[in-house]
Amino acid sequence: MKVRVNGMDMEVKANTLMELLEELDINPKRVVVEVNLEIVKRDKFSSYVIKEGDSIEIVNFVGGG
Amino acid sequence: MEDLLIIKGIEFKSRLWVGTGKYKSFEETARAIEASGTDVVTVAVRRVNILDRNKENLLDYIDPKKYKILPNTAGCFTVEEALRYARLAREAGISDMVKLEVIGDEKTLFPDVCGLLKATEILAKEGFIVLPYTNDDPITAKRLVDAGAAAVMPLGAPIGSGLGIRNPYNIKIILETVKVPVIVDAGVGTASDVAIAMELGCDAVLVNTAIAGAQDPIMMAQALKHACIAGRFAYKAGRIPKKLYASASSPLEGMLI
Repeated sequence: MKVRVNGMDMEVKANTLMELLEELDINPKRVVVEVNLEIVKRDKFSSYVIKEGDSIEIVNFVGGG
Repeated sequence: MEDLLIIKGIEFKSRLWVGTGKYKSFEETARAIEASGTDVVTVAVRRVNILDRNKENLLDYIDPKKYKILPNTAGCFTVEEALRYARLAREAGISDMVKLEVIGDEKTLFPDVCGLLKATEILAKEGFIVLPYTNDDPITAKRLVDAGAAAVMPLGAPIGSGLGIRNPYNIKIILETVKVPVIVDAGVGTASDVAIAMELGCDAVLVNTAIAGAQDPIMMAQALKHACIAGRFAYKAGRIPKKLYASASSPLEGMLI
């Protein structure tokens, strides 16, 4: 399935957000996820089903002033 | 003697607040923060690098149990962007605080105070503890407090400029104008700048580039720690008034005639 993750078009096998994070080797505890501009709560990652064409943003904290 | 800074019930032991940007490595960040003696650090919200399999995370080096995490909305030029970043930051579940930035101009990084006011009002209503990065204008500071700001963070000089406290008189007026804590944010270049801000009576100073960009960031972090304590003590001790002419320190009495 084709989705857009952090601005990059990619082909993924995952069906849920949790599976997507696993596929991308990302620790779910350290990130916040937005799908089509809506924040998805961390406890919903496993049940949230992603679909073709979704625009997904995965963010975390980085150094800043 | 404890001299806590309290904002909306959150206790800050350190009056030197430290940013985590521009360091050479996470390890250096951690060492500088430790050396500064701070208990609050700012962070930014950015996309995870999904191509980097190494994926070291800042929070692996800065323990949120040890440091209060203050996310910023740096890089946001519109109200909508700032709201989006603030909400993402809060969703991390570490803090309801946000160092709110709505930037008006790329070259100066001066705040867009109209946007800042709107964003402050919206986020305060959503329950955020809003700490807006603002210019050194007392009227704007007052408006921000009216809009729900928990503290105000006037700039000393443009972000990363190292020009110091360019308008100490305005900072002084802000201190007299608002009842919330005043935290100087941006512009500090070296220890004396921190001391000046604290001597004016500011509640805290936030520093990033002055430490991260110093030739020896760890030593500079220590210098600013001491400057902050010195400035705070000097403020509380109450300085002598400035006078144009001399007044002798030694008695005239007992002098040989």
